[in-house]
Amino acid sequence: MLQVKSLTKIYDGGVKALDNVSFEVPDGQFLAIIGLSGSGKSTLLRCINRLVEPTAGQILWNGEDITAASQDEMRRIRRRIGMVFQHFNLVHRSKVITNVLAGRLGYVNPAWSLMNRFPKEDIEKAIQKMKRVGIADKAYQRADELSGGQQQRVGIARALMQDPEMILADEPVASLDPVLAHSIMTHLEDINKKDGITVLCSLHFLDLVHRYAGRVVALNEGKLVFEGLPKDIDDKKFKDIYGRDAERVG
Amino acid sequence: MKNKNDRKASPWKSIKVGLASLLVMVILAYGFQITKINLEELRSKQRQESLIRVARALAKPDFFEYDQVEEVINAPLFVPCLTDGSLPAMPNQTASNPYLVITPACANPGDTIQVEGFNFASKASGPLRFVPGNDPNNVVTLGRVNVETDSTGYFIASMILPDRQSTDMQYIRASLRRNIGLPHLTQTAHDTWDKIIETVFLALLATVFGTILAIPLSFLAARNLMKPVKSPLISISLSALGWPIGIALGFLIVREVGDISNAIGSNIWINLASVVVSPMLIWLGMRWAIPPEEINPPHLPIRLARLGVLLLGVLVGFYGFFQLASLTKIVGMNLRGALGSFGFLGNFLFQVGNIVALLTPVLGGLVAGGALGSFLGRIGQQGSEKLSAKGLKTINLFLTSIAGATILTLLGLLINWLYQIGNPLYTLWGPMAVGGLLGILLAIFSEAKEALPIGMVIYFITRTILNALRSVEALIMAIVFVIAVGIGPFAGVLALGLHTIVSLAKLYSEQVESIMSGPLEAVQATGANRLQTIVYAVIPQIIPPYISYTMYRWDINVRMSTIIGFVGGGGIGFLLQQNINLLNYRGASAQMVAIAVVVASMDYISSVLREKTI
Repeated sequence: MLQVKSLTKIYDGGVKALDNVSFEVPDGQFLAIIGLSGSGKSTLLRCINRLVEPTAGQILWNGEDITAASQDEMRRIRRRIGMVFQHFNLVHRSKVITNVLAGRLGYVNPAWSLMNRFPKEDIEKAIQKMKRVGIADKAYQRADELSGGQQQRVGIARALMQDPEMILADEPVASLDPVLAHSIMTHLEDINKKDGITVLCSLHFLDLVHRYAGRVVALNEGKLVFEGLPKDIDDKKFKDIYGRDAERVG
Repeated sequence: MKNKNDRKASPWKSIKVGLASLLVMVILAYGFQITKINLEELRSKQRQESLIRVARALAKPDFFEYDQVEEVINAPLFVPCLTDGSLPAMPNQTASNPYLVITPACANPGDTIQVEGFNFASKASGPLRFVPGNDPNNVVTLGRVNVETDSTGYFIASMILPDRQSTDMQYIRASLRRNIGLPHLTQTAHDTWDKIIETVFLALLATVFGTILAIPLSFLAARNLMKPVKSPLISISLSALGWPIGIALGFLIVREVGDISNAIGSNIWINLASVVVSPMLIWLGMRWAIPPEEINPPHLPIRLARLGVLLLGVLVGFYGFFQLASLTKIVGMNLRGALGSFGFLGNFLFQVGNIVALLTPVLGGLVAGGALGSFLGRIGQQGSEKLSAKGLKTINLFLTSIAGATILTLLGLLINWLYQIGNPLYTLWGPMAVGGLLGILLAIFSEAKEALPIGMVIYFITRTILNALRSVEALIMAIVFVIAVGIGPFAGVLALGLHTIVSLAKLYSEQVESIMSGPLEAVQATGANRLQTIVYAVIPQIIPPYISYTMYRWDINVRMSTIIGFVGGGGIGFLLQQNINLLNYRGASAQMVAIAVVVASMDYISSVLREKTI
């Protein structure tokens, strides 16, 4: 169970990215986070693994206070939270397998990893995860030789390497075409259903939300404006989330 | 049409433009005076002549020469004609020996005579001279007419007789030289070759050392890496205490290890055994002490045992270093004699052994300083998380004052060493008191648990030092190093190396600042610590620009090393300066050509390599 309580984030310039946001996510849920660009979706996801330090509020995960964790504790918490990014965030010049193995960095002993040595089990595991997302044949290619959809699958494999209990996906399909988007979302759904991993996924398109999400929270200018099931988003709610001028297209 | 008013020419604007142009004129005029621009100098005949002479010498670089043979033939004549009308004996006109025919065989000073030469070597050239006095071997000569023989060995020339009257027989001398055999390299060419090789390697070594040291510095000078580095005060002061203590301890202990290694002896077999066994021991120790993965933190006794094993491993490692140094020295010394013309390989091994032996205690100090500093810093971090704010503040007062006092005392000692002030009030007690006070103030006015941006402090200090050192030209650094290590290429390597470190560190750090932050974020999100993030997300991104900048720097270093010899830093510059001062422009020209060839080919090679690696 992930509990977000009165979370507020004010950036250095005074921009209020999150304004007193509270919600809960039960284990094993597929939660979609929707909202316009700049509504605070990315900040919210990054506060959960503290890539962004929240200004106020609390995040509890299975009773553990993430916001109060020390650096050492944070390392242990982060390694159980996988993250998938809009721009994949792979290290372009490294091999695919190195990118995937990077997911183990929170577990392996730093001293060995600095010498680029990973335990055998980890390497086997990496190949297995790459097989699962269908890119095992690309293992020894450079990451930037892969197409966008393949790169995102590397990103997912990297997140899976962490043996995560939760995956944060920050607009994982926003840079991909619709066909690839569905394929990536299917992988995330598979992970959510088969492995019981909680998925928090920010999305743009409502049809993806209807198709994949179990529950939705919506942000507008940092405030939580909707929380509920995807089918409950009617026209009025839609205008609340996306503004008066918005038209439904999907 | 909105801007109509702005575009309209106003008298005020014209006046401003006029004044500005006037000001520019005045500044330029003053500049002319200051820099003494004077084209009249160019018109002076003397300058033009020397310019032409130098230009012609420069156009003929002193690379090749022929061996020459010289034929010297004298022919007698009287100046003026004797009163009795007697003439000198005609030379023996045979078909094979060279001889001169002078017509007329006597004449008054100022008259023109005709000199014909027969049977000389073909295509030989040289001067005709007037030899005064009754001695055909006289080295004093007057006048000079250059002649050149045709293919049959014949020449004809006219000569005006000088005003040197005598009743004795006087002579006309032809000294004709001709080239024999094939052209060969001159001594200058050999010297130039030696020195240009020295130059290239000087640049290479400076670049290698500079690059190695610039890489870690560049991380400290990169804003995006240093900005997130924040620590609470207690952690900073403990770490600040840990560094000097660690450095001192490490230095002493490793030197002790060195003594032990020396006591064990410099027997090649012992050395070899140690060099083989110690890495194996370290490997075993690491395998035991550093488990590949740890899901749960282990208990204290196990952690202590692991720490002990690691410490032991480090000591064994340094022992191995000393043994390695001893081994390479022995091997190098033996090879130096045995390898003949490849003796430099032996010398290299010997010097490397020396360097390793010299640097190992320093390395030990740095390792121990870093280890103790970061260890105490972590303890401070944990302490600040567990202790109450009030208790923390009390501890901070104490620790920060000690840390401040230590830092400023060390600075004071350094200043005392540099300036020899010799007054402990200013260099010991004063800084100690001020440091302590500053520490106390810092502890009072900062929040006990607040994380201070120590990363940015380090960033600014590093940047300041880099900028200050970078503004000192390598040439000036070379002057200092010439005093430190004597005239020669070593001083040049040190000067160029130091300049390379500071300028590369700056260029590198800018590259680090411009990397993509996405991968950094992604690696951090997996739970990687700071070092892992650097190795997995930063380094792969900066390799291409680092290579390209290193090449560029090598290029610069080659060019710099050609002139670093002007101040005694070795390389070809020394030769060039010498030749310029001796007015040997043909020699100087040879060196300039060599420099141009080397710089151009470096340019080409580095551009090709850059294309290949990126």
